[in-house]
Amino acid sequence: MTDISLAYLAAGIGAAFTTFGAGLGIGKIAGQAMDGIARQPEASGEIRVSMIIACALIEGIALFAEVICFLLGTK
Amino acid sequence: MLFDNDNFNKISEVVKDAVVVEGSHSGGKGDEIMRHIMDSNVYEIFGKEIHLPHIELFGYDISITKHVLMMWIAGIILIFLFRVSFRKGELVPKGIANLLEAIILFVRDEIVYANLGREGKGYVSYFLTLFFFILTCNLMGLVPYASTATGNISVTAALALISFIMIQASGVKKKGLKGYFKEFVPSGIPFWLIPIMIPVEIISMFTKPFALSVRLFANMTGGHVVLLALFSLLSSFMLAPVIFFPLAISLLELLIAFIQAYIFTFLTAIFISLTLHGE
Repeated sequence: MTDISLAYLAAGIGAAFTTFGAGLGIGKIAGQAMDGIARQPEASGEIRVSMIIACALIEGIALFAEVICFLLGTK
Repeated sequence: MLFDNDNFNKISEVVKDAVVVEGSHSGGKGDEIMRHIMDSNVYEIFGKEIHLPHIELFGYDISITKHVLMMWIAGIILIFLFRVSFRKGELVPKGIANLLEAIILFVRDEIVYANLGREGKGYVSYFLTLFFFILTCNLMGLVPYASTATGNISVTAALALISFIMIQASGVKKKGLKGYFKEFVPSGIPFWLIPIMIPVEIISMFTKPFALSVRLFANMTGGHVVLLALFSLLSSFMLAPVIFFPLAISLLELLIAFIQAYIFTFLTAIFISLTLHGE
């Protein structure tokens, strides 16, 4: 395996793993948000806003890894 | 400096060459995508190429590139929008002024006053500028023939640097220079934790603006890369349903433009409140 092909492989595997981690994190947050809304429908506005903020932060972390994978992918 | 335009152009030249070399294997799609995302000295509009001036000052390359032009256009749009809609100066605004006032009140009440309290009154203008500038730059990326200024790491790094200066300056102003350094070591901690706490505090002081800038940059650029990749799929498949994927991603990008502007402003407000009020 040459260096370039290893870089491509690393980019692909890295991107897949970060998507997996981000999906897991956001899914957990969304699940807990649904539980909260089910318990107390009056707080659904607040919960929705907090959920969106948490999702954006988790996606931020996932995109750090995406940037690195992109740099590897264009090597 | 890492984020020099000169270095960035060198890096982008290297990346472009690499992509061209690799792209010639796979049909050149990577080259097209990189060409749309990266900054360049040429502004292509309606098929004509406008060469923007190349200015150099003391060895630093401050030429006017596409992204600089986009930032100026965003500033001009904002100035005209606010001047024209608030010209009457009525107490109850109508029309566009109504919409803008709703957003302004949202930023002031939910972001500044909720985190900084009443003493945040002096910061409201900075947060309004930050929010509307990032929002306009993000939204301009969705317009054809314009590009995202915040999709350039230099622009987001500059915004994060200004936020960093605001955060530190607000802490120093409130507590004085000695009090600010006393902040690093909270009271009531055993002796042996202090050598660990101080580097952690210093590192976290720098990580926060870095995370802010990379988050905004990656969200904007990533959205465009996905969009362009899906567009290039059309040339391979030529089926009607393939048009719906870029449409869906464009709508997602619209949502993300708003959310990322809000997150940048909101996190800056939280960091300032952490410095002012402690944990």
